[in-house]
Amino acid sequence: MKVKVLCRNPDDYVRETTRDIQRVPRNYDPTLHPFEVPREYTRALNATKLERVFAKPFVASLDGHRDGISCITKHAKSLSTVISGACDGEVKLWNLPKQECLRTVQAHEGFVRGICSRFCGTSFFTVGDDKTIKQWNLEAPGYGVREEPINTILGKAVFTGIDHHQRESTFVTCGQTVDIWDEQRSSPIRSFSWGVDSFSCVRYNPVETELLASCASDRSIVLYDTRESAPLRKVVMQLRSNTLCWNPMEAYYFTCANEDYNLYTYDIRHLDVPVTVHMDHVSAVLDVDYSPTGREFVSASFDKTIRIFPKDKGHSREVYHTKRMQHVICVRWSADNKYVLSGSDEMNIRLWKANASEKLGLLSTREKAAAHYNKKLIEKFQHHPQVRRIARHRHLPGDILKQKREQREMKEARRRREQNVRKHSKPGSVPLLTEKEKHVVAVVE
Amino acid sequence: MNRASRQLRRVLASRGKKHVEMRKQATKMEKAKKRGQYGLKQSLKQKKTLYPRLVMEGSHLGCTFCKKVGSLGPEKSAGMKLAKDQAAEDSSRDTVTRASYSGLAKRLSSYSFVQNLGLMYDALQELSELYLELGLLASTAFELPGNIERTAAGVVPSSDPHQIITPLVLSYFADVCLSCPQIQRGIAYEKTAAEVSCWRNIILQNQKAEQMVFPLNQESSGPKRVEQVVAGWKVQTPLEQEIFRLLHINSQPVADPVLTPVEEQSLKAMSLEEAKIRRAELQKARALQSYYEAKAKREKKIKSKKYHKVQKKAKCKDFLKQFDEMVKTNPEGALEELKKMELSRMEERMSLKHQNSGKWAKSKAIMAKYDDSARKAMQEQLQMNKDLTQKIVVPSDDEHESNEEGLETVPDFVNDSEPVIDSVNPWMRGQLTHEEPEVSCVTTEDVQTAEEENEEEELVGEFERKRKLRQADEEDLIPTEEEQPASEVVEDVVEVSDKEEEEEEEEDDDEEEEDVSEFNTLFRLMRSEKTLEGSNPTREGLNTPGQEDEDGLLNEGQVRVRNIEDLEVLGEVVDPQPIAEPSLPQTAAVEATSEPPNKKKREIDLKEVLTKEAKAVKVPFLPTVVDEEERDEQISIIKEAFAGDDVISDFIKDKSKREAAGRPEVVDLTLPGWGEWGGVGLKPPRWKRKRFRIKAAPPPPRQDQKLPDVIISENRNASVAAHQVSQLPFPFQNTAQFESSIRTPIGPTWNTQSVVKNMTKPKVITKMGAIIEPMVKEHFIKNKTTTPGGKGPAIMLGENKRAKEGAKRSSEKHRGRRSQKRRK
Repeated sequence: MKVKVLCRNPDDYVRETTRDIQRVPRNYDPTLHPFEVPREYTRALNATKLERVFAKPFVASLDGHRDGISCITKHAKSLSTVISGACDGEVKLWNLPKQECLRTVQAHEGFVRGICSRFCGTSFFTVGDDKTIKQWNLEAPGYGVREEPINTILGKAVFTGIDHHQRESTFVTCGQTVDIWDEQRSSPIRSFSWGVDSFSCVRYNPVETELLASCASDRSIVLYDTRESAPLRKVVMQLRSNTLCWNPMEAYYFTCANEDYNLYTYDIRHLDVPVTVHMDHVSAVLDVDYSPTGREFVSASFDKTIRIFPKDKGHSREVYHTKRMQHVICVRWSADNKYVLSGSDEMNIRLWKANASEKLGLLSTREKAAAHYNKKLIEKFQHHPQVRRIARHRHLPGDILKQKREQREMKEARRRREQNVRKHSKPGSVPLLTEKEKHVVAVVE
Repeated sequence: MNRASRQLRRVLASRGKKHVEMRKQATKMEKAKKRGQYGLKQSLKQKKTLYPRLVMEGSHLGCTFCKKVGSLGPEKSAGMKLAKDQAAEDSSRDTVTRASYSGLAKRLSSYSFVQNLGLMYDALQELSELYLELGLLASTAFELPGNIERTAAGVVPSSDPHQIITPLVLSYFADVCLSCPQIQRGIAYEKTAAEVSCWRNIILQNQKAEQMVFPLNQESSGPKRVEQVVAGWKVQTPLEQEIFRLLHINSQPVADPVLTPVEEQSLKAMSLEEAKIRRAELQKARALQSYYEAKAKREKKIKSKKYHKVQKKAKCKDFLKQFDEMVKTNPEGALEELKKMELSRMEERMSLKHQNSGKWAKSKAIMAKYDDSARKAMQEQLQMNKDLTQKIVVPSDDEHESNEEGLETVPDFVNDSEPVIDSVNPWMRGQLTHEEPEVSCVTTEDVQTAEEENEEEELVGEFERKRKLRQADEEDLIPTEEEQPASEVVEDVVEVSDKEEEEEEEEDDDEEEEDVSEFNTLFRLMRSEKTLEGSNPTREGLNTPGQEDEDGLLNEGQVRVRNIEDLEVLGEVVDPQPIAEPSLPQTAAVEATSEPPNKKKREIDLKEVLTKEAKAVKVPFLPTVVDEEERDEQISIIKEAFAGDDVISDFIKDKSKREAAGRPEVVDLTLPGWGEWGGVGLKPPRWKRKRFRIKAAPPPPRQDQKLPDVIISENRNASVAAHQVSQLPFPFQNTAQFESSIRTPIGPTWNTQSVVKNMTKPKVITKMGAIIEPMVKEHFIKNKTTTPGGKGPAIMLGENKRAKEGAKRSSEKHRGRRSQKRRK
């Protein structure tokens, strides 16, 4: 015998609080609720306006460093901890919810060039201008005990960057060569060099953990595989790339921040043409970091702004700036996909919301539903001129605007010139290059 | 053996056509074989450095022969001989076979055979050794150039090898240098690229996913093993410590795998997707079952007795038919059926069930005097009893017929009430009066069984039809115009236009009128829909499939927006981008595309309708209840009030005026007096008028063309235009697509909660306070060894395929570009 049970969703009839309005069954007959499109349009417009009104991305500023911030890293296991290094060799550990400095370490003489935390979250590594690699404990030493590194390695040349393996106890540094180190040894277990004298950044691929990519000073990006004896391939671009970041969800994509104000996303299987060129900055891009979902990335620029790009779009969806923020040197996206951290020249670390108008904290079910509905409405009516105009409006400081205008004119002039050259030369002799093709000089095998 | 050597020789000869030395070698080999010495071996030893190619060929053959002949070595041949001897002495075989066996044994034991065999064996062993050596030499690719050089030097032994061959070979292999770093890098890159591409399916899948939940839950939601739970758990309380100490002492295998690998696999066997699919299937099956059950239940629940009666009768008929067949085909089965009938008869006779002796029957008996239905029910009961207790004779055909006739002679309606007792009161007639005609026709026809069958089928069909009609009513189906008779349409129009007379009409009880009014409402609904569609704000201005706008570009400016007022001001200050005015031909095109070219469809012609209407105004919609004088008064009052105020004709005039205004005028470019005589009273000639009068193309049909009582303004409204989309947005290919994407509401005002939830679900969901780790290869790519990209679905969807093709194409493109690109 089959027993049928009456089953109702409590959401349909239970009020959230006793003060709440009674839930009434609703008649969905469309004739009773006419003008659905105009009504939804009005709602969409309102939602867009509210979104812009509530777009207050700036959360907090962490001050305490006595020089410009040169590098930031996230704690591998704790969301609330962040480690930053400054240009005076000082390293600070921050507690984000309390917005306070937990610990200060004078790690190096001169710049702290790079920091990375170990995957287990027990220690972190720093490299500095004093040609040393130091490993520090993340636990603070007891009262009265001096801050001492667990381990110090003296190198032959200055190290400019460091990154740790995702699961194993090896790390990689870059300087004159790209070196792979074992934590237990004081000399590199592996050294890669390919006719370049200095590298500025090296990063492990977080997914394909044996893959490496580095930015070299000869305008090239070099790929490595730690299992192979030689580097894999090299892309030479028109200008130097400062940093790069691998997509944590899509193993073969990485994005590099270039001196020519653009960011380039590459597929390592087809290095000769970047997948996307991300343009919007008006000065050199200094740092880039992917969101942990791999859908977006944030970039820091010399033009004193931070921009957030969707990974497959050519233009940014968001730009953050404040009056006091100077050249942004480093930027990181928090591991819970909610915040962005930026370190800038004027000694502050700023905490931003990754989604400017998002409400923070716990949301009730109805709040969530309303937020989702509004988001969907904006998406649905995004092509309508009023909605689009409001949704896209951003405030920018005057000098950046001016630079932007200038650059647009320059670009236009360049385009016109090229057109004219093409017009007056033999057909086919001046090839029509797309924006993507313009920036890659060569792929070296 | 000779044959084998000959074959070897032939092969060698054919291969060595180009090289005379080779041939010579072959002949030498033959000679050596003929001599019966081990010359072959010697000569091969001599020449092995000189004739590498030959050696290679030979060794190939050697290997194959070794397999065949090597197993047939001297020892084996001895064994064979023994077997043959035994066979030859075997008395069970006949003489001929015994003779052949003995001959074979002699041959095997002969000296020459053994010698040949030995020779061959040695030669082949030699060859196989050489082959292995060569294989070793060729195995290391990096030493290949050296090897080639060495072998090339060996090809021409007479002259100095380094003088002739080496430069040639070296020049050929100059740019192929396997040990150089460039090639190593190339190989390494290819390897890595191939390895990385195994992520492609996963990445594509994630990009297309409607929703992604982060952190990606990599651990299965199924039951966890003990040691997994234990691993992340720290001993805290003293009790726990005690327990763990005990466990430790007894060396409980905490770390050992509690599950066997097979069990583990079975745990992982069904992925989430598979499970979902399976669940969906089960759900579907269950749903189908429940539909079926519901249907059966519904049929059972139908209250109409007649329906059930008819059904029962039909079933009975069926059964009888089957029984007839059974008598012919399966007499035993028929007999059993008969027995069953007999049994039921016995039971009926035993019981008092249909004897009209129960409580119910008694009460009915009291009522029977006054109530026809009660009497009828009692009769039915008795009839049933009679039927059931009737003795069944073994059915022969004619008897059966007569029997059935006997059954049918007392139909149910015989006991019906007398026709029309009280003609005045319709309520007294009962239900049956409505179906009187049907009943009567049944009574007349019930003599012929076959016809009755038809009748019943009809009845069943009618029930079905009625039910369907009811369903249709519920679904509020709007009939299309062509289904309606023209007269009704006309009437409808009359009614719509004369709203003041509607009230009077209400009193009219006539069925037809009801039908008409029903239709009218439907028609009005339809019309309102049309007008809505026509006034759809997104309609116009969408036609220009414009160039791709700068999507995603932020409007960056110095204006700060802090509150809603700012936004409003922003709207006034920043003029929205100029919106292209939709030109007329484009709208025409849209109209043409949107309107199905169905000419057959009946359209309401304005003129026709209006003529009829003019008549209809005169036709009085007589309120039957209202008195004559009153009506006259009313009419006169209305006439007085609207004297000289013909609203309808005004409206028609207005509309026609607007239509005329919308029509393009004929441009007359004739110049009188140009090229001919001019003056007062002279008209330009006809040819000139014909030539210089330019007719513009007719405008697109008006939106209100088919709506007699509506005027739709086709002027563009500037205030609305600011809110309209002027260009077709990027991913859409035509306006219809875009409009459909806008048309469906997603809000809770129009949709149920679950639908809203489903429609508004966000693309990315993150858990608050959870660290989103990068993908871990081991979790996503199960076995790397099978194929690169092995985790993809077995059946590629259309989109996927396209993506694949696209990827292929793009890679080809890339390759093309790469070849063009300058290399360092």
